[in-house]
Amino acid sequence: MKTIYLDHAATTATDPEVLEAMLPYFHEHYGNPSSIYSISRISKNTIENAREIVANALGANSKEIVFTSSGSESDNFAIKGVALAKQQQGNHIITSSIEHHAVLYTCKFLEKNGFNVTYLPVDNNGIIKLDELEKAITPQTILITIMHANNEIGTIQPISQIGEIARKHGITFHTDAVQTFGHIPVNVDDLNIDMLRISGHKFYGPKGVGALYIRKGIKITPLIHGGDQERRRRASTENVPGIIGLGKAVEIAGKVMENEATRQTKLRNEFIRTILDNIDDARLNGHSSLRLPNNVNISFEGIEGESILLNLDMEGIAASTGSACSSSNLEPSHVLLSIGLSHEFAHGSVRFSMGKHTTKDDLDYVVEVLPGIVKKLRAMSPLYKK
Amino acid sequence: MEQYSEKVMDHFRNPRNVGEIENPDGIGHVGNPMCGDVMEMYIKVKENIIVDAKFKTFGCGAAIATSSMATELVIGKTIDEVRQITNKVVAEALDGLPPIKMHCSNLAEEALEAAIKDYKEKLAHKKA
Ligand code: FES
Repeated sequence: MKTIYLDHAATTATDPEVLEAMLPYFHEHYGNPSSIYSISRISKNTIENAREIVANALGANSKEIVFTSSGSESDNFAIKGVALAKQQQGNHIITSSIEHHAVLYTCKFLEKNGFNVTYLPVDNNGIIKLDELEKAITPQTILITIMHANNEIGTIQPISQIGEIARKHGITFHTDAVQTFGHIPVNVDDLNIDMLRISGHKFYGPKGVGALYIRKGIKITPLIHGGDQERRRRASTENVPGIIGLGKAVEIAGKVMENEATRQTKLRNEFIRTILDNIDDARLNGHSSLRLPNNVNISFEGIEGESILLNLDMEGIAASTGSACSSSNLEPSHVLLSIGLSHEFAHGSVRFSMGKHTTKDDLDYVVEVLPGIVKKLRAMSPLYKK
Repeated sequence: MEQYSEKVMDHFRNPRNVGEIENPDGIGHVGNPMCGDVMEMYIKVKENIIVDAKFKTFGCGAAIATSSMATELVIGKTIDEVRQITNKVVAEALDGLPPIKMHCSNLAEEALEAAIKDYKEKLAHKKA
């Protein structure tokens, strides 16, 4: 059976071209970039080239890019790093209630260590209110960290306005752009961003590599101490193949992004419409247009997400859910609760996230099998009485 | 995703005894405080023997499979025998459950208990 992979928000397959670019850096050009002999110079130069590519894509300077081991590390580095560097100035951080756990739990950690954190609520579409952000700012506020687009419901925040507010008050603004970078244009100057998190495997790069953009002049304390790598901002021997792969993935994304975003947006809208037309008591979660091109998140009343996923899996379809039953702490998704969904509706949520290889045929197939699955589970459900 | 045994998947794919029983002798309706799921169990009893059992479940794969297995295990048993059917017994009959899913099997045990309690109350009522 063919697999229809609709979980690209979780991870993507490494592009064969990316893999090919990486391979020589495992065994041929294996030199440690910090050494001075020629095989090391090769790795050093290619890393710097990758840095340039990433910087260009963001409209940044290559000195402002730090390579990390992952998106989660980048978030930790940005938030803890700024908190530590600025703790003499203040101890207040503003974030939103729908951030990725890498941001939320980092903030919770800081709360236990003397910082105050405001978690801004969001409206029913998942968007923060700018006036509430403005009101939350105090003379103690040192950092605002709000994601560009949400990984579960795909809602895109008014990032440039948030950045403008932060700048007006002289506060550092960090954004988690894991779901947007490589998929829609992200320019740090247009969007008034001071720091930004990138993760390679979300756009056909390898896993285990990420980057953090740090605007020139932003003070940050390193998390990993040791050697002088990354302009002393992150010690450890560089993941050369990973960084090469990340650079290559950014390069490819730059070429295909615009067309892909248009193509996927069209597919997305059609897919949403057909599902809602064909299945009763279903609702779209997240904003209808301020939304990632590849994200579809729908709740089906009266049934539970994990059992929907298992049924989809039997048909060869891979998707994900915000149901409590499939989370490790048995809590429904904090994002779905934050946009006002009842526990029951959060239970019945399914996220389909498309990728560059997703075709209309793939989605047609999902639309063909999904109503039957929903019907079967509803017939079994004590909560669905219609 | 959780790794379920073949037996769990079998009962999930083809759940036995789904539905409601008209004029049941006992109904158990329970909610799972852990994750918010709901299960209903219906039983038909003749001469102290459970002759039919059906269920409805709003929950994960494990919850559906344990409800299905529980109904299979109780049909044909006396009310006393059914007491031995704990969540562990149900889970074992399914070749085990992932640890995080053990609480779903509680739901089946509780639904069964509640159905039997309901049956006994109704019986007492009739006698009275
Ligand atoms: S019923 Fe929710 S985890 Fe099993």
